[in-house]
Amino acid sequence: MLGAVSSLFQRGFRHGVHPPDRKEATAALPIRRMPFPDSVVLPLSQHAGAPARALVRPGDRVERGDLIAEAVGYVSSPVHASATGTVSAIDLWPHPNGRWMEAIRVAVDPHSAQVPRPRLVPRWEDLDADGVRDAVQHAGVVGLGGAAFPTHVKLKAPEGTTIELLLVNGAECEPYLTSDHRVMVEYPERVHFGIRIMMQCLGVDRTVIGVEMNKPDAVERLRATIPDDLDIEVLPLRVKYPQGAEKMLIHAATGREVPSGKLPAHAGTVVQNVGSIAAIAEVFETGTPLVERIVTVSGPGIARPANLIVPVGTKARDVFAFCGGLTPDAAEVLFGGPMMGSPQPDLDAPVLKGTSGIVVLTAAESAPRPVYPCISCGHCLDACPVFLNPTTLGKLAQAGRFDDMVEMNLGDCMVCGSCSYVCPSNIPLSQMFSLAKSALRRASDRERAAEVAAKAEASAAPVTGVSA
Amino acid sequence: MTEAIQTIGGSVAILGGVGMTFGALIALANARFRVEEDPRVDALSDILPGANCGACGFAGCRAFAEAVIDGRTPPAKCTVMSEGEREDVSDLLGVDAGAIDRQVARLLCAGGSDVAPRKASYIGLESCAAAVAVSGGGKGCAWGCVGFGDCAVACDFDAIRMGPTDLPIVDVEKCTACNDCVEVCPLDLFALYPVDDHLFVQCRNLLDGDAAEAVCSVACTACKRCVQDAADGLISIRQGLAVIDYDRIELENPAAIERCPTGAIVWIEGQQFPRLADAYDDVYAGSAQA
Repeated sequence: MLGAVSSLFQRGFRHGVHPPDRKEATAALPIRRMPFPDSVVLPLSQHAGAPARALVRPGDRVERGDLIAEAVGYVSSPVHASATGTVSAIDLWPHPNGRWMEAIRVAVDPHSAQVPRPRLVPRWEDLDADGVRDAVQHAGVVGLGGAAFPTHVKLKAPEGTTIELLLVNGAECEPYLTSDHRVMVEYPERVHFGIRIMMQCLGVDRTVIGVEMNKPDAVERLRATIPDDLDIEVLPLRVKYPQGAEKMLIHAATGREVPSGKLPAHAGTVVQNVGSIAAIAEVFETGTPLVERIVTVSGPGIARPANLIVPVGTKARDVFAFCGGLTPDAAEVLFGGPMMGSPQPDLDAPVLKGTSGIVVLTAAESAPRPVYPCISCGHCLDACPVFLNPTTLGKLAQAGRFDDMVEMNLGDCMVCGSCSYVCPSNIPLSQMFSLAKSALRRASDRERAAEVAAKAEASAAPVTGVSA
Repeated sequence: MTEAIQTIGGSVAILGGVGMTFGALIALANARFRVEEDPRVDALSDILPGANCGACGFAGCRAFAEAVIDGRTPPAKCTVMSEGEREDVSDLLGVDAGAIDRQVARLLCAGGSDVAPRKASYIGLESCAAAVAVSGGGKGCAWGCVGFGDCAVACDFDAIRMGPTDLPIVDVEKCTACNDCVEVCPLDLFALYPVDDHLFVQCRNLLDGDAAEAVCSVACTACKRCVQDAADGLISIRQGLAVIDYDRIELENPAAIERCPTGAIVWIEGQQFPRLADAYDDVYAGSAQA
């Protein structure tokens, strides 16, 4: 009864699903530091945007925290050596996205103390907004929640918008993952320090930290440590997936809706993951760039689940070795959570800046389920957090009518997987939607290429005319 | 009784009258707003294959026929027509149909399930595009054919079938070079080549040396032997792959493939993967008899 009453006071969004959160294995485990592996692999593309450009050559000695690849353009992020050692190669390596991509491999020096050299600590009090953004970009900070969007880009209001509210995302709605939870419990002061810097940079005077109510200890610790001079509210949220999606969080915290195809800034907010905020705080505390992150290693397929500080670029294989290896019935390795994470075909794939967790499922969880025809039950309509019609979209996808899917607002689909999760016929709806999205992307890329070719032809024609 | 007859008769008269009126209006409109059209367009449309495959670059056979009549494109642009149909077209238009260099789709991968193992199993939508979107589909070689046959589904001419090793086999006789398979392959493994080109590197794997051979035993290891054996400048090594310069393809010579350690570079006369195609035919003929 009491629970029902108190849930009335928790904020949330409409629709969504309730997968079992399975966080008990790691929720109470303190963050531990993992020993350095023998080698690390640092892909040049660990973030949304243009891949970084390598600045080192094989044979170069690098120290932990050294810049080894620079950002190319504004929406890009540099890469720093995550361990002291020697660059052994720069070539193709399995990337967690399933492709082989250019990566810098560093053979870790086994005799190094791995202490970062003393660095200039940016004095945030004296920096203006641009200065803070520069410092954040140079430290290679990207969104640590999973999308890995360069953080400095989000620290500036797009033209025509004003930011009134900083929203800190501590929802962590994906099952199994507890890395943000542990950050909030163990380093609440660091979170508040990061918020202070970002509030100054964005020029906002109010911050809301959204935390799902399955983490009461995090809410308590954050509330107990709020600095007196900052207007920070810790907002308990209903436990529901996808509560941590940007637009859902904004709705829960402000009641506002982000218009279709628009950014959170159009609703007057900026959303930052709590892990990214802690990473920013670290940059302004020690001057050390983003070279390690907190990763939850969990799932029934792992011998000893843990919350670990892992150097960026550590291979999944090495992480598993430290966690006691995989159980004999382990069947599927996911980077990220089970709802939106990406399955890994290769255990040599390295942990990236955006890898919030590694979940290992057993055959029991990942067994294929037979797909039956749609019975038009409408469960997916009640689950879709952005109020799309997955039933119709699924039928259109099957017929290959991708343009009609755009008419039905496919663009708003964030492939959260809620529709697939509730479908009693086991129809892989969200996979069909991501497929439709990639097909449309391919088509538009091809069109653009054809346009460029046509333009080149058109500009070439008069030249021949003149010469003739 | 008479009332019923009256009702029925009345309905028939009203509906019939409405129908007649609109029929007359349509007949009038047809005469009044008639669009004069070149009768040759209809005649040419009848000859064309009617597959609307788009290989000619026009929206369909009708659009192509209009373009041919307007003189915007030569009739030879339609690669689907048979020899007889082509003659019919030249008779109809009184022009030479134009010389055609016949093209076929070639698969630039030979990594079937027998030579390129999987490192993970993929469970989900049975489609290449879907498998590739999910972390590459589990094939050891991230560049190689994933074998779910999106191309075979896309082919309007029944020219592609999935062979015994999960590689698509293009029937060189049926292929009309319509480009559909080229567009649908998520890994861009198909390309159109003149049927007279013989030298191909059946690999797109960008790894070199042992790394390439570890994922596929017929991968190009970038060992450069073919570069030395071929005519000067015909083949070069670019990012772990032997690349043939098809602008100079007249220099091609079977000697180039002789020392290839993996068999990645091949000399194709007509049918690609002839052994696999034969094996498929044997199996198919056998099951048909049974």
